[in-house]
Amino acid sequence: MIEYTEKIREIAKKLLEEGTVDAFIGYKKGSVPMMNEPVLVRDPADVDVLHWDSNCGLNLCNYLTGRTDKVGILATGCNSRNIVTHVIENQADRERLYIVGVPCTGVINHRAVKRAVKGREITEVVEEPGGERFTVKGPGYEETFEKADFLQLNCATCRHRNPVEYDELVAEEVPEQQAVQAFKDVEKIEQMEPQKKWDFFERAISSCIRCYACRNACPLCYCPTCFVDESKPQWVGKSIDPADTMTFHFLRAYHCAGRCTDCGACERACPVGIPVRQFTKKLNKDCIELFDWEAGLSLDSRPPLDVYRKEDPNDFIR
Amino acid sequence: MSAKIFSKDEWAGVLEGLKDAYEVYVPVKEGDFHNFRPLKEGTRPSFEFQNTRMSPKFLTEPQSERMFEYTLDKNQPDAHILKEDEKEIPPRAVVGIRPCDAFAFQLVKRNFDTPRYKDPYWLKRYEATTFVGLGCNDPCETCFCASAGSGPFDRKGLDVLLYDLGDAYLAQPLTDKGEALLEKTDGGKEADEASWKKAQGLTRQVAGKGSRRVSTDKLREKDVNALYEAPFWEDVAFSCINCGTCTFLCPTCWCFDIQDEVQMLPMVGDRMRNWDSCMFPLFTLHGSGHNPRSSKTERVRQRFMHKLKYYVDKYDDGIQCVGCGRCVQFCPVNIDIREIAEKMNAL
Amino acid sequence: MENPYLPYPVRIDSITTETEDRNLKTFKFVFLNPEDEAKFAYTPGQFAELSIAGKGEIPIGIASSPTEKGFIAFTVNKVGKVTTHLHNMREGDVMGVRGPLGNWYPWEQMEGKNVVIVGGGFAFTTLRSSIIYMLEPENRSRFENITVVYGARSPGMLLYKDELMAWEKRDDLDMHITVDATDDPDWKYNVGFVPAITEEKVTSAENAVAIVCGPPIMIRFTQPVLEKLGFPPENIILSLENRMKCGIGMCGRCNIGEKLVCKDGPVFSLAELKELPPDY
Repeated sequence: MIEYTEKIREIAKKLLEEGTVDAFIGYKKGSVPMMNEPVLVRDPADVDVLHWDSNCGLNLCNYLTGRTDKVGILATGCNSRNIVTHVIENQADRERLYIVGVPCTGVINHRAVKRAVKGREITEVVEEPGGERFTVKGPGYEETFEKADFLQLNCATCRHRNPVEYDELVAEEVPEQQAVQAFKDVEKIEQMEPQKKWDFFERAISSCIRCYACRNACPLCYCPTCFVDESKPQWVGKSIDPADTMTFHFLRAYHCAGRCTDCGACERACPVGIPVRQFTKKLNKDCIELFDWEAGLSLDSRPPLDVYRKEDPNDFIR
Repeated sequence: MSAKIFSKDEWAGVLEGLKDAYEVYVPVKEGDFHNFRPLKEGTRPSFEFQNTRMSPKFLTEPQSERMFEYTLDKNQPDAHILKEDEKEIPPRAVVGIRPCDAFAFQLVKRNFDTPRYKDPYWLKRYEATTFVGLGCNDPCETCFCASAGSGPFDRKGLDVLLYDLGDAYLAQPLTDKGEALLEKTDGGKEADEASWKKAQGLTRQVAGKGSRRVSTDKLREKDVNALYEAPFWEDVAFSCINCGTCTFLCPTCWCFDIQDEVQMLPMVGDRMRNWDSCMFPLFTLHGSGHNPRSSKTERVRQRFMHKLKYYVDKYDDGIQCVGCGRCVQFCPVNIDIREIAEKMNAL
Repeated sequence: MENPYLPYPVRIDSITTETEDRNLKTFKFVFLNPEDEAKFAYTPGQFAELSIAGKGEIPIGIASSPTEKGFIAFTVNKVGKVTTHLHNMREGDVMGVRGPLGNWYPWEQMEGKNVVIVGGGFAFTTLRSSIIYMLEPENRSRFENITVVYGARSPGMLLYKDELMAWEKRDDLDMHITVDATDDPDWKYNVGFVPAITEEKVTSAENAVAIVCGPPIMIRFTQPVLEKLGFPPENIILSLENRMKCGIGMCGRCNIGEKLVCKDGPVFSLAELKELPPDY
């Protein structure tokens, strides 16, 4: 996807010069490998900082909340679905947005790459144009990998690589992945005995340090005061007691039910590698099964927990 | 006592042996990364690491710790009266701590050990700890310890310095505490001339590679208000999502919160202290609703101003950062303190 | 090692509701262990952490004066979790007080000088302590004229009404009580905002130090009045409030630049504040 970079700069320059937008939100190349930094450009002369490759992992929709200016914004499939959700939830005004759609072939799983080079230090990751392969360089070694083998887990099972809502595309649409088994991991957990399930979740969150990177990396978490920060009443303790940590993760996941696009930003942001998507994904699966719903596919329909429909299933409520 | 040399074959036994006299903390591989953990039955120490994911600051400041306990049962004569949690901290040794992380304790000590007040929780733990450092043969790309008052073989804050000579560790005692620890080790032999030569060669070789330079030399002379009003904070902070990753992973971030936690039946409670972060809006929110640092730009500025200016001015002895590079590596949005230090230094 | 986080156990001796909205109450505490009173030696301007087991702590300025023996007093506004709980407590209940904390008004600097006290709303607490302290016969001669301007939104929102009225009648203290507005026909004191009354009643900055304590808006408008009168920034003394937890300069949240409000403050001169970033 690195070849998108030139086109992105060109579009941003045009939008800023013509005054279509006041600011443009994209990424700049990061200072460490496999990490790009979200950036806001106001001056058409600065568009050359914009950069795109397979390491643009943080959902840019985060930066729309509360903005009142006219903004151009890059949006992959999942990011565009979050923008749609933002518009539906009155967190962004479609009229003020210029969405530059990015047909996406997936984000590289930086943890898997580190594992593949056996924890050796990585000084540079070079992506080939076309993006099928990338080369990892470090002190005394160089290895080339197939990108398809190193996609973030959410990207590997993604069914919406192309933006659903946009004003312009940076490139031709990419083929959608067919026959992905999106919920195999969830099914495995569903089949566990209750105690094993509990153990699984307990283990999953055992390294949590309550830094809230998962929450803050999520565009859905825009509440002015999160329930974990409330003090009157205080719903959740602030220590790292497992009961409190679990309350945080579970309630956060439930709050995202029917709204999550599985963009993977939460999991990518976690500094201690917690598979946080395991919580949200189960709810995504339930939404498909119970309400035939995937978040953010259309500006015209609201999330299932937002609306009442006569045909809503009842039998799961006991 | 002079330095000792331990072969790597006997190393596991040496650590085991220390358990008689110390609670021993060692690096342990947990999934994709290492952390310091107490050496217990079944713990597998692993010294194949650049640095641990979490800094060892938890040794003196656990993420959550009980300060006091009390009963709320009105039938008890001491209801509502706080009692100190009189836990003894046994002698402990952290083996394999990187010199940068050990130096961090020296910086943080200034906060907890003041002429007017002493923090008993931090100090008790600090005093009980023997710091056995492991020199860095391969400093990471994101490190800049040499620009932060430390270095790959820096001795400040260490009681023993270990040199990894490939097939053996050369252990050099640096303090009385360090000598005492080495005296308690089983095995090993007196370090010979050849090992010393090898260690010195290693130090020279690593120094020759050089770690990244970050300019901090002009920070002290800058006007604090000029830096505070600098034009770049808005841009620096744009990408920040205000999570606590940088502060929680940082070995020199010490800020904490105090919270009461109560349980029913029996009605007892604890006064806890937990890590807190200047990145969180709640950190400075007044009861009135006013918040002196209500925007993320103000909070990001606070973090960098604290580390690179307020601390510099207050103690006049360098920055509040040891250059470990954790925040650089693990910031979810790649905010890089090295770039910000350059900006501030060049203002 | 002494534990600076350990509160002294106290018993609530009396509770007085101060204001008509019932949101401000003054609590008098008596130390459970009488020897703690001597350890809690304080100077007007200091604060303490009021500690309630199960709820937490809250930093509050000390409203009593060290010249008042046998108790310590705090006036507390009901705003958060701890203060709401405190307001529901009863005389005889046991809790904790940790302190005294922070610095104090610059009493040595004020010796031999005229003292101007400007206070607003519920921030009058440490000013009450200061007035009682200065009026104590053995202290009164250390200071020249004492002028006090104190205002609240309405007559019912004034703190320490009985004492205010008594001070009004004294001739060793120039007392100006004011309210923002009132429809009480019997109101015989001033009506007007504190900055305006200050401008009217304080005529000279000659040999004078001003202590200002009140809501941010009052401070913002009083500061230029005092500067116009000729008070140099060194002689304008302010007491600040930032969110605090530890109260002893360690937990990190109350900083203004390199200064910590809990330990280096809460009392700062305007001259000191002008050197610092405005993080308050």
